[in-house]
Amino acid sequence: MNFSYQVTKEDFSSAGDASSNFKRTLKKIGIPSNIIRKIAIAMYEAEINMVIHADGGVIEAEVLPEQVVVRLIDKGPGIEDIDLAMKEGFSTATDEIRNLGFGAGMGLPNMKRNSDFLKVNSVVGEGTTVEIIVNLV
Amino acid sequence: MINLLVKDLTEKYGFEISAGGSSLNNEIKKAYIGDLLSWVMGRAPEGSAWVTIQGHINVIAVAELINAACIIVCENASFTPDTISKADSEGIPLLKTKLTAYEVAKIFVAENV
Ligand SMILES: Nc1ncnc2c1ncn2[C@@H]1O[C@H](COP(=O)(O)OP(=O)(O)O)[C@@H](O)[C@H]1O
Ligand SMILES: [Mg+2]
Repeated sequence: MNFSYQVTKEDFSSAGDASSNFKRTLKKIGIPSNIIRKIAIAMYEAEINMVIHADGGVIEAEVLPEQVVVRLIDKGPGIEDIDLAMKEGFSTATDEIRNLGFGAGMGLPNMKRNSDFLKVNSVVGEGTTVEIIVNLV
Repeated sequence: MINLLVKDLTEKYGFEISAGGSSLNNEIKKAYIGDLLSWVMGRAPEGSAWVTIQGHINVIAVAELINAACIIVCENASFTPDTISKADSEGIPLLKTKLTAYEVAKIFVAENV
């Protein structure tokens, strides 16, 4: 089963809607709740990053018999140093964004912790693609 | 043992219900305090009452992710109308109190949460 979502740039009021939607879908399909939580947290972090660090983008999600794959694609500024970005606490978020409780530099670490496979591809000036895989079995 | 319910916080402790009035019978078995959304999402136990000073709309998505029993906005921190309407549509109780997070925690301790 395939799903796709549009994420709008700088739209804080609907940031996270795609993840909430997909979470509800997984619940309807009957995926166990501990697995749903992992997928939803990882996807939410990546979705928020598209809003606060990039210009929005698209999310493609796929439910396979043995895994759930979520791909988030943006055409934002890209990430210069992915290893550094993966470090807990590293963030380039502005104070304004921090005041909203984002920008703790825990998004990518949270994605890693909650997925069975995480791949971040990024080209500076072109964009970032994040692939999250969570195993169902 | 009878667990603390969300509605007890209003009836016994005067917390104000701002939204999500349809879910006031949610049980409070655990609680978590935090204002950094990633931190809360990553660490808060499932089903927690979540105590925070954040009142913007994104708290609702986080509360949904952790299946929060309720959101308690302390120290009368403000929240936006869109937060209220989203909490209503998601059925997540949104409570407001003048107490600090520490004082709210003391209530939870007294109630054996
Ligand atoms: N989609 C993205 N586009 C551009 N930069 C990103 C993207 N995702 C993450 N980053 C960079 O990686 C850093 C760390 O991301 P993350 O761990 O989610 O922390 P935070 O979002 O709190 O800053 C960000 O501050 C940003 O510099
Ligand atoms: Mg982030």
